[in-house]
Amino acid sequence: MNTALFRSGITLAVIAAVCTALVALTYRLTAEQIVANEQAWLERSLQPALAGLFYTSGVTESKIIIPPPHELPGSEAAIVYRVYAESDPVAALFVVSARDGYAGPIRILVGIDTMGVVTGVDVLEHQETPGLGDQVESSRSGWVRQFNGRSLLDPEPTGWAIKGDGGQFDQLTGASVTPRAIIKAIKETLLYFDAHSEDIFADVDPVANKEETEQ
Amino acid sequence: MTSPGFIERFKTGLWYENPGLVQLLGLCPLLAVTSSFVNGLGLGIATLAVLMASNGLVSATRRWIQAEIRIPIYVLIIASLVTCIELIFKAWFPALDRSLGIFIPLIVTNCAIVARAEVFASRNPIGSSITDGFVMGSGFALLLMAIGAFRELLGQGSLFARMDMLLGGEPVRGLVLTDGGWLPAILPPGAFFSLALAIAAKNAIDRRQHEKRQRAMPGRARRVTR
Repeated sequence: MNTALFRSGITLAVIAAVCTALVALTYRLTAEQIVANEQAWLERSLQPALAGLFYTSGVTESKIIIPPPHELPGSEAAIVYRVYAESDPVAALFVVSARDGYAGPIRILVGIDTMGVVTGVDVLEHQETPGLGDQVESSRSGWVRQFNGRSLLDPEPTGWAIKGDGGQFDQLTGASVTPRAIIKAIKETLLYFDAHSEDIFADVDPVANKEETEQ
Repeated sequence: MTSPGFIERFKTGLWYENPGLVQLLGLCPLLAVTSSFVNGLGLGIATLAVLMASNGLVSATRRWIQAEIRIPIYVLIIASLVTCIELIFKAWFPALDRSLGIFIPLIVTNCAIVARAEVFASRNPIGSSITDGFVMGSGFALLLMAIGAFRELLGQGSLFARMDMLLGGEPVRGLVLTDGGWLPAILPPGAFFSLALAIAAKNAIDRRQHEKRQRAMPGRARRVTR
């Protein structure tokens, strides 16, 4: 028997076991904190669309996922967090993707109350050009705040465009592609909500419902 | 042969054999994350921690590791340590972890780390190896911070913005000097230009010192660095 080979195998096995133990231990020590961080991050990222609403807690538990194909912006699944005060619907927070950005999908949050009025918009993830398109971030400018309180009646759907395109919303210096993509996505989300708000707040899970009707 | 003092070794890691500036190792993370000071500092700390721990572990196990299987063992040790660092960042610096993204796990592929394991830690005692990890890691981290600060200053007109990602608390804007800046500095080409400038500056300083020394003691030229 090849003892050198055998020794190598043992060494490798022992070191692999020690390394695995090290990772397992670190995982155990950090797992709780990581879950808490992710939950906190999610709650904080929804905050811009929740400000000023009266609701009872548990927004993140009322999540539904709308798989594609759907009429919402973006080709991936859309996430909707439903906001209730006791059992009365208050608002729906949509996490959707604007597809026509400069570089890749722009993940945005759009909060819409039961009257169809925007409660808040925020840009969650994007790869737009630093210094130009990234001005849409709420930490860099107040651009996203101009949608608060707006709806499909204010302005009419044709007015949901940047001023340069004959619409009613501000654009950004040096960047019109990113604002145009975001405004289009907000408008599409509002139109979707207008057509489907009852389904969204219905207690039946629309995902399960959809699968049933398809079969 | 006596081992050189700590100060001398620190100078070696920081200057004469700086992993980024002289050995040109670990350039992928160096170029990718240095768009701001806080990113450079974050990745610098993570790399420093991994380098110290991996040097320590490689040195501690060096007597049992056969030469033929040393590379898989280094990979195993480094990969485990990087996973631990990633979990620690996720737990304690979640914002920084989000900002650095894939570049934390990619520390595994930083050849500066495996190079120090192979060249130094596998042949030296634990204490000395950890010191080596510290000086080399510091050299790398300081370069990351310097390039990060330079690009942030030039590209965004600010310095130390978003330090809250490391220190916690409310988002901070740092020292804002101008509103906006020269955009290409924070885009990928800016990373290459900045590194090139840093290397050129180092070479220029080395040459000047070398000439000064030659003038002071003609005929007795000492260390010549590229």
